[in-house]
Amino acid sequence: MTEYETVIGLEVHCELATTTKLFCGCRNAFGEDPNTNICPVCLGLPGSLPVINRRAVELALRIGTALNCTAQRSLFHRKNYFYPDMPKDYQISQYDEPINVDGWLELPDGSRVGIERAHMEEDTGKTTHVGGGGRIHEAGYSLVDYNRAGVPLVEIVSRPDIRSAAQARAYVTELRAILVATGASDGRMEEGSLRVDANVSVRPARSTEFGTRCEVKNLNSLRSLQRAIDYEVARQIELLESGERVAQETRHWNEADGSTHALRSKEEANDYRYFPEPDLVPLVPDARLLSAAAEGVGPLPAERRRRLEALVTGSSEPGTRRDGSTDQVATVVDLGLDELVVRAADAGGDPRLAVARVANEAAANAEAAKDLDPIAFAALLKMESSGQLSATQSKEVLAALIGSGGDPAQIAVRLGYEQMNSSDLDSMVGEVIASHPEEWRRYCGGEDKVVQFLLGQVMAASKGKANGKLVAAAFAARRNA
Amino acid sequence: MTAQPAPGFGAVAEIASAVRSGELSARSVLEQALRRVAELEGDLHCFNTVTVENAMADADAVDDMVRSGIDPGRLAGVPVALKDNLCTEGIPTTCSSRILAGWLPPYDATAVSRLRRAGAVPVGKTNLDEFAMGSSTENSAFGPTRNPWDTTRVPGGSSGGSAAAVAAGMVPLAFGTDTGGSIRQPASLCGIVGVKPTYGVISRYGLIAFASSLDQIGPFATTVADAALALEVIAGHDPMDSTSLDLPAPTLLASLSDGVSELRVGIVEDFLPDVSPECRASVVAAGEALAAAGAKVEDVAIPEVLLGLPAYYLIAPAEASSNLSRYDGVRYGLRVDGPDSETMNSRTRGEGFGAEVKRRIMIGTYALSAGYYDAYYGQAQKARTLVIRAFEAAYRTFDVLLTPTTPSVAFPFGSKVDDPIEMYLCDLCSIPSNLAGHPAVSVPFALSPDGLPVGVQVLAPALGEALMMRVAASLEAAAPPGVRGPVTP
Amino acid sequence: MSESERLISPEAVRHVARLARLALDDDEVALYAVQLSAILEHFDAVRRLDTENVPPTAHPLPIENVLRADTEVPSLDRATVLAQAPSAEGDRFRVPRIMGEAP
Repeated sequence: MTEYETVIGLEVHCELATTTKLFCGCRNAFGEDPNTNICPVCLGLPGSLPVINRRAVELALRIGTALNCTAQRSLFHRKNYFYPDMPKDYQISQYDEPINVDGWLELPDGSRVGIERAHMEEDTGKTTHVGGGGRIHEAGYSLVDYNRAGVPLVEIVSRPDIRSAAQARAYVTELRAILVATGASDGRMEEGSLRVDANVSVRPARSTEFGTRCEVKNLNSLRSLQRAIDYEVARQIELLESGERVAQETRHWNEADGSTHALRSKEEANDYRYFPEPDLVPLVPDARLLSAAAEGVGPLPAERRRRLEALVTGSSEPGTRRDGSTDQVATVVDLGLDELVVRAADAGGDPRLAVARVANEAAANAEAAKDLDPIAFAALLKMESSGQLSATQSKEVLAALIGSGGDPAQIAVRLGYEQMNSSDLDSMVGEVIASHPEEWRRYCGGEDKVVQFLLGQVMAASKGKANGKLVAAAFAARRNA
Repeated sequence: MTAQPAPGFGAVAEIASAVRSGELSARSVLEQALRRVAELEGDLHCFNTVTVENAMADADAVDDMVRSGIDPGRLAGVPVALKDNLCTEGIPTTCSSRILAGWLPPYDATAVSRLRRAGAVPVGKTNLDEFAMGSSTENSAFGPTRNPWDTTRVPGGSSGGSAAAVAAGMVPLAFGTDTGGSIRQPASLCGIVGVKPTYGVISRYGLIAFASSLDQIGPFATTVADAALALEVIAGHDPMDSTSLDLPAPTLLASLSDGVSELRVGIVEDFLPDVSPECRASVVAAGEALAAAGAKVEDVAIPEVLLGLPAYYLIAPAEASSNLSRYDGVRYGLRVDGPDSETMNSRTRGEGFGAEVKRRIMIGTYALSAGYYDAYYGQAQKARTLVIRAFEAAYRTFDVLLTPTTPSVAFPFGSKVDDPIEMYLCDLCSIPSNLAGHPAVSVPFALSPDGLPVGVQVLAPALGEALMMRVAASLEAAAPPGVRGPVTP
Repeated sequence: MSESERLISPEAVRHVARLARLALDDDEVALYAVQLSAILEHFDAVRRLDTENVPPTAHPLPIENVLRADTEVPSLDRATVLAQAPSAEGDRFRVPRIMGEAP
């Protein structure tokens, strides 16, 4: 059987977080009463004209910079086609002179995906299909809401550099993190402010030519994205293996039956008849636009991961560590809690421990964790590092800190986590040795693993209050004595 | 030809001045207009809608302001007519098309707002060739307009209704739009002044688009001074139009009577072989008149201007094919039902659009379509560059250019409408200025042997309106009596 | 006449009419094929122009960067807008069923 390589390119549409729409002063807001944010311009009434929103351009340039693109003089073009959610029956978009070109995105594992372009365009209205199963082909009629028409979008087109569904998922995750970090978008797939279409093809491994690709649409979550790609790859391979060709077509992902379906073929492919938008003048990324674009943008996720890695390991090479802490670093940055860790480290907390605690314990309540006082967090970390608190106890105190703030030492006392004094600890160790002579003998004979059993006995007897590290140290000390 | 000179309203500036001082009531001026409309509208069909009640209310409001000591503006009490492709809030705006029959815009065009703010009194919406596509107003879905000079002949187009309304003395001032000559050609055929400003000088917000990179609003009047005043009032930057120049309105009146001494005038030779004898003769005579007034007049060859017509008839339909897509029966206007949306769109547009509109949509769609873009639209936009460069070269030697406005005088109904190309040739002399974005004006200068008006056209470089109107005023002063309206049919 | 008919055939007219959503009957298709061919042929000079090194002019004006502030402006009254709609249901525009997906 032939070995196949998967080739994926992703087109991501991202709604910009502006106050108003791209070409008019109507509010840009999700979920409002239908047809309440409309005006002659976004409704395409006769005689209306578009005027570009400065903030949308700044955010588009910001996205381009974050994706390492070159910003260039650009034009808007009309993309002509008829559809009821299109007020003018053309979309004002960008064609062969887009605002951002030739960039790249770095994934957490260090691999890079090329970005062909990130251009500006206006969004369409929303159609709801009535009758039948609510799906378009069975609908009796449709209803249209133009609130979304004219909302500013940036379409980010990757090069076909992605080689697996997992990598596609990582790409979208990282891209989303970047978009959110730059403030350009709130990146909510479930609200439609981030939409992904996948172009998927396969080819024999080591081939240099591209196979026929299919466009897959209706991917409403990262999970759908991954499942749909896996399905589509399998489908295409099966076709090729049975001697058939893959037809170039657009396919729709069906979440319910877990497969892609070819859309009803139209009589002819769309001829969009692109031409430069005569109602707009060219856009030149001048100093004023570029500085406004850069203003207020902090470091991007990749930079923040590197910073955290450096703190934790002393190494700033991404992907050089293959243990769980790389994933933990990525999680902490994704949660927006890296700043917390950095400041806790500054205040003397152990960064590796901080990362682990945040990644595992703060994730459940990430929003509240943002308000966690780094000094208090650092104090807690020191308590755990010094053995004053066990891991279990530390996690409980952290949860309390996140929930209601306060002083970690006081919380520990309140929870009854007073440090067990060393003589109590010592006598407990002695009692366990006395009750388990056989295990003690084996341990002293060199079976190091037995200490786990002995340790467990002390933990049980102390009802979790004993500090595991100190107990282990006590056994070791006795053996060596 | 039995048209007789009619008394008219006098100078627009004087009407406004008299109303502002209280000497004349806006109401009385309006009543003169409405009487004239009542008398002749049945014959001429200048209007799609006459807004009597609104006009009365507007006139009364002006008079109230005057009584309260508030200045109503530079066009106080002046009755005006508006071409029916200019949006007027709450008033039907149809583009003389079935597809927009009864549509009520929820907003005013910027130019309309400025007119109202200046105290003008809109009297109604005038007839046009459907969606401004045509040169005779015969393409209107609501019937043609007749030329007051000879009611068996067309008033020109596409702004025929506005031109005829001024030429018949119904209103002293009217507004039209010009994409390839649709103000200037009817002005010439109706013996009045018609101006197309520099592209970007008058806001297009609320002008229902035909060809976006060519369309401009402009005035019709019986004198150059009246037209100049109208331009001063409505021109100037508009933030609602991205193609609007970031400049205030031009100052034109101050220099209008400065004369033409030492000005360099070029008579463009290239149009002359293709126009009728009377049109040719009037240009020659106009040149002589300017020379007599002190200008330096010479012939000039600008062969590239002849590229204008073919380039225009690819560019304008291409832009129009896209601008008119929105008329799909979904949000407003006519809907002809169908079993599905696509069929509904096609039936609506098939029934709602007339033949000329459909022709242009199809030519435009073809010129933009895959495989043809470079050869047609792409080439046409390059031809446009050649025309612009040729003008730039000419304006290194000349201050203004002189040409016929249009190849013929008013022609009989039905004589060109069945032959699209014959009709397109009416725009021969007017198109190049639209392609270049330059200003141009038609001034009545002669009568044909049959007593039909002949206008001559003055062209100027971009933002050369002041110079252009100065030359036009000089021609106006030199023209023989009887060449301009208003007339009674 | 056969030469100009070749420029735009009835089939080409049908194709363009479909792209432009214009319903035409057979007589119209035939008539427009003839008229459009004649028009294109008349303006064929443009196609044959030597335009090497000549840039296209999409715009007569040399302006750039016309932008507006990201400030909200009141919207239209929904009832006024829907009153102009050929068909509305509740607070939305109503259209017959849509056969294809959006591109």
